[in-house]
Amino acid sequence: MTQLLDPGTTAASGRVRLAAEQVTLAYDDHVVVRDLDLQLTEGSFTAIVGPNGCGKSTLLRALGRLMRPTGGQVLLDGQAIAKTPTREVAKVLGLLPQAPTAPEGLTVADLVARGRHPHQTWLRQWSHDDEAVVAEALTWTDMAELADRPVDELSGGQRQRAWISMALAQGTDLLLLDEPTTYLDLSHQIDVLELVGRLHAERGRTVVVVLHDLNLAARYAHRLVAMKDGVLVGSGRPEEVLTEQLLADVFDLEARVLPDPVSGTPMVVPVRRLR
Amino acid sequence: MTVGTAPRPAPLRTGTVVRVGRVSGIVRWRQLVVPLAASVVLVLLSAVSLGRGDFPISVPDVLRTLVGLGEGAQDFIVLELRAPRIVVGVLVGLALGVAGALFQTFARNPLASPDTLGITMGASVGAVAAIVLSGGTLAGFGIPFSALLGALLVGLLLFALTWRAGIDGYRLVLVGIALWSVSTALVDWLLTTADIYDAAAAYVWITGSLNARTWENALPLAVALAVLLPLALAASRSLAVLQFGDDTARGLGVRLQAAQAAVVLIANGCVAFAVSAAGPITFVALVVPQIAVRLTGGSRPPLLASGLLGALLVVGADLVTRTVLPEALPVGILTAVLGAPYLLWLLVRGRRQFT
Repeated sequence: MTQLLDPGTTAASGRVRLAAEQVTLAYDDHVVVRDLDLQLTEGSFTAIVGPNGCGKSTLLRALGRLMRPTGGQVLLDGQAIAKTPTREVAKVLGLLPQAPTAPEGLTVADLVARGRHPHQTWLRQWSHDDEAVVAEALTWTDMAELADRPVDELSGGQRQRAWISMALAQGTDLLLLDEPTTYLDLSHQIDVLELVGRLHAERGRTVVVVLHDLNLAARYAHRLVAMKDGVLVGSGRPEEVLTEQLLADVFDLEARVLPDPVSGTPMVVPVRRLR
Repeated sequence: MTVGTAPRPAPLRTGTVVRVGRVSGIVRWRQLVVPLAASVVLVLLSAVSLGRGDFPISVPDVLRTLVGLGEGAQDFIVLELRAPRIVVGVLVGLALGVAGALFQTFARNPLASPDTLGITMGASVGAVAAIVLSGGTLAGFGIPFSALLGALLVGLLLFALTWRAGIDGYRLVLVGIALWSVSTALVDWLLTTADIYDAAAAYVWITGSLNARTWENALPLAVALAVLLPLALAASRSLAVLQFGDDTARGLGVRLQAAQAAVVLIANGCVAFAVSAAGPITFVALVVPQIAVRLTGGSRPPLLASGLLGALLVVGADLVTRTVLPEALPVGILTAVLGAPYLLWLLVRGRRQFT
């Protein structure tokens, strides 16, 4: 049953799965991201960080073909994502929008089952595979007991778990998450990121996540991508990117960077706002 | 053929799984029972309705006539005088119920209906213009045709004004309300300029009525629905994902713009032909999908059940106006009177129930 959920290989092979090539993104005339290059390799766990309005969510939307670049292109497995049928993309790339909404009355099981949509046809709406995958996604995310509960009655943390369960059931080996910890208290933030970390470690998912919290980003992601004003200003392992100099340049923040006593990853201790 | 509930450890009690060869799906019994029950009641009610009138005919006689064993006079009364009225009622209810379910699911707003979106008012503009401006020469076929044009025109305007690389449900409702008020103003203006006889005829039309319907009214609607209903059912799969919002729908592989355009155009077509056949029978498209979703459970108005319950409401209301109330009362007034308290009762009764 495990194989059903996990298409493709699990090891970090270094193969580029998703790439932005000279991508420019704009809302009407307002350019948000300019000439950006980014490569995301198989089995990587990347967090995109940056101040509010730096274009990180916009970049994620473009990577998930929710937004069409005004310049350059996004490549999925070497093919232009804009020219690939959206249904084919949906079998490879799953995404969790920021604060997604479920219709009133929809149960957790129904929500997770919807993740099978790209694999279904009008005649084949609930195959053995669909059933097995949804059941396992619910179990794996610890949502099986809540399967019959309406999504709108869940707590914020449970709701986010339900959505991640849906993304898992979609069975894509690439997963893009836009600020999945927004509106959650710290323990639920950890809960969600642990789950995403397990998706990466145990399920071999290639993960790209937009995060606000630098310490959590450094702890869970293996690669940080820092953006400012629509431009990439840093990329690499957390300890390479999260420097006192970068914090000053990108966030206008004077801060100390110490090793996280729990994980050993860089930990930001703010001193004061610069300027 | 295998029929059985999920044998998996996880409690997937979403419904009964049905698999025949490569065909598979989930059947939820309430979503099956409600349309079935509605169909049975609809047939009975139609038979009763066919028998009632100035010349009463018993239900067995009506059924005999329908299978071709009737006598001359009864044949004429049932098949030529009353059957078109009932058939138009059934088809109009079906079309309005389905269109309401499509609009409400799509806009994620229970208040989105062809009435509030101005489409039925567009039909009124067409019909009233035909009656008033032609000075009565455009009787018969001309009025339904111009009503159809009016509804389609407003429907297309709604589509064009809302479309901005896709359709936002909220924007749809706002544009719809604007079109409704413009159309209402046009109807009022036409009525004030009309002479008293034309105004009276127009006024009867814009309340929605099944009086004096003929097979000529039923045929275009039947043909349109034969095309539009299968399309609506085909669109229901993407509709189930569209209600999650644009980003999620796209993430799940829905061709967003094509799906949105299809849903809105199908719903527009249903409404335009329905209104053209019987005038704007208000409230059906608004109230019936909400009743249907509460009866069937689930997260969105079911298309088939909404259609059949719509037919039931229109035919039932028509029966009441013809037997209990004076003949002059148009069915459109009664659908509102019958539908509104039921919706209120459902709301007052408390929380929605789930399957």
